[in-house]
Amino acid sequence: MENLELQKLANKVRQGVIISTHAAKSGHPGGSLSAADIFTYLYFEEMNVDPSNPKDSDRDRFVLSKGHTAPGLYSTLALKGYFPFEDLTTLRQWGSYLQGHPDMKSTPGVDMSTGSLGQGISAAVGIALAARMDHKDYRVYTLLGDGETEEGQVWEAAMYAGFKKLDNLCVIVDNNNLQIDGNIENVCSPYPIDKKFEAFNFHVVKADAHDFDSLREAFEEARMTKGCPTAIICKSVKGKGVSFMEDQAGWHGVAPNDEQKEAALEELRKAGEALCQM
Amino acid sequence: MSDVKKIATRQAYGEALAELGEKYENLVVMDADLAASTKTSIFAKKFPDRFFDCGIAEGNMASMAAGLATTGKIVFISSFAMFATGRAYEQIRNSIGYPHLNVKIAASHGGISVGEDGATHQCLEDVSLMRNIPGMVVMVPSDYVEAKAAVQAAIDHNGPVYLRLGRSNVPVINDREDYKFEMGKGVVLKEGTDVTVIATGICVDSALRAEELLAADGINAQIVNMHTIKPLDEDLVVECAKKTGKIVTVEEHSVIGGLGSAVCDCICKKYPIPVMKVGVQDVFGTSAPCDELMRRFRLDGQGVYEQVKEFLGK
Repeated sequence: MENLELQKLANKVRQGVIISTHAAKSGHPGGSLSAADIFTYLYFEEMNVDPSNPKDSDRDRFVLSKGHTAPGLYSTLALKGYFPFEDLTTLRQWGSYLQGHPDMKSTPGVDMSTGSLGQGISAAVGIALAARMDHKDYRVYTLLGDGETEEGQVWEAAMYAGFKKLDNLCVIVDNNNLQIDGNIENVCSPYPIDKKFEAFNFHVVKADAHDFDSLREAFEEARMTKGCPTAIICKSVKGKGVSFMEDQAGWHGVAPNDEQKEAALEELRKAGEALCQM
Repeated sequence: MSDVKKIATRQAYGEALAELGEKYENLVVMDADLAASTKTSIFAKKFPDRFFDCGIAEGNMASMAAGLATTGKIVFISSFAMFATGRAYEQIRNSIGYPHLNVKIAASHGGISVGEDGATHQCLEDVSLMRNIPGMVVMVPSDYVEAKAAVQAAIDHNGPVYLRLGRSNVPVINDREDYKFEMGKGVVLKEGTDVTVIATGICVDSALRAEELLAADGINAQIVNMHTIKPLDEDLVVECAKKTGKIVTVEEHSVIGGLGSAVCDCICKKYPIPVMKVGVQDVFGTSAPCDELMRRFRLDGQGVYEQVKEFLGK
């Protein structure tokens, strides 16, 4: 797919994030927006998945280790065709299959239930082990927040994946540099994240989370890398695409009100129209 | 009684896994550097490709098991009860319990019968922790025969199961022709009318010994082996309550949250009668040989006998 098409889709993913969190009056727009391009690239370019057969045993798997950014994942899954885009407005409501954090039992396309930070990467390692046991060539992707790497379990999982040389595993870190309590460097700095993954026997690639050429290069490099897992550290901007949300820790877990929703959607629609004129 | 055959339930677990590994090709076993102690080493030797030693990282093991289970594997994870259910509690709750994945947590070294290692390694809270998780089955086999049967039952059940196993050699009490294991069904080992003693795990043997002493005093006790604590056999509990009017629960576990609590939850809802919970009374364990600990914590036959007498006011 052309970069322009991916950009248009990512723009729609972002609109879905705004629409759903606004409707829910809660949720996590900041990290959903920073990861919107990564979600888009994974589901529309990288991964071998089929929304008409979401349980296909040969499909590539995705585990959203930073489960709170479910609105970004749901928006992407809806655009991919797993369920109607209109249903995004049921996010976090009673009876909805779109839970506050991903629930594999209720949402088509969700490969693992997550939400408690640090656990998703371990589950992804488990799935990668299963692929190897079963001699299947599907790949396993997992997306972590940079703040999430403060969880010790992330490094238990990394140690095991590196030790087992799981080259079917690709760990992506959404490095937007912000966590709830502020700048990650000021809360409990996990830096250098790249050196840490290297120390755990990963091949490490750096990418720009908002540049599809950069993402393409990184994911291709990950795919070509044999004999060890790959970690892609994606430099990103929290709240990307909505100017008043960009690089603000305050938009980690706060939903836009009516006015903010309109402003955000107007900005995104304009950006989307600009893409259509290119 | 000294000639009774004694084997640890963890030994039965390891042997059962190795046997069932033949039949179930999707059976996978994980351990956290305690394979020699939990006896998963027996499986590991026979099926090295389906065994993963995860190192000393129980939380990661639990979540990795969940990932494996999403692909259709039946996964057993093992460690000591303290670390399996304590260290990895939240991983078990969120990665395994919430998505109701087919992972069996089979933990050895439950209770004070661990012995000399002392309080840090004597888990008295595991049943309580696992019982709280929606959809989790909790089984505490009483001996070698029952532990083997419980492993098969865990495989037959599609969903998460907690299986509590012990370190010490314990008497084989179920070695008989008509023995049958049914998950969720308690077993009346002896009919009685004065009081019902409901025991689980290695305390079933203590209850049977206490029964002999009580009988000598003219007290006719009904003895029940409650190997499955969740789902609890509520019909049997109510039946016992109606028949004997008094219940004593016996477990090698804290009296908070274990078998005694499960029985009380049922009794206060369905047929309120006096219940006494025999177990570890909200204290930590301590170092000593297993037999001495069972005696001092009043969980051996004599201790149970005395406490039942106190409860009956006799």
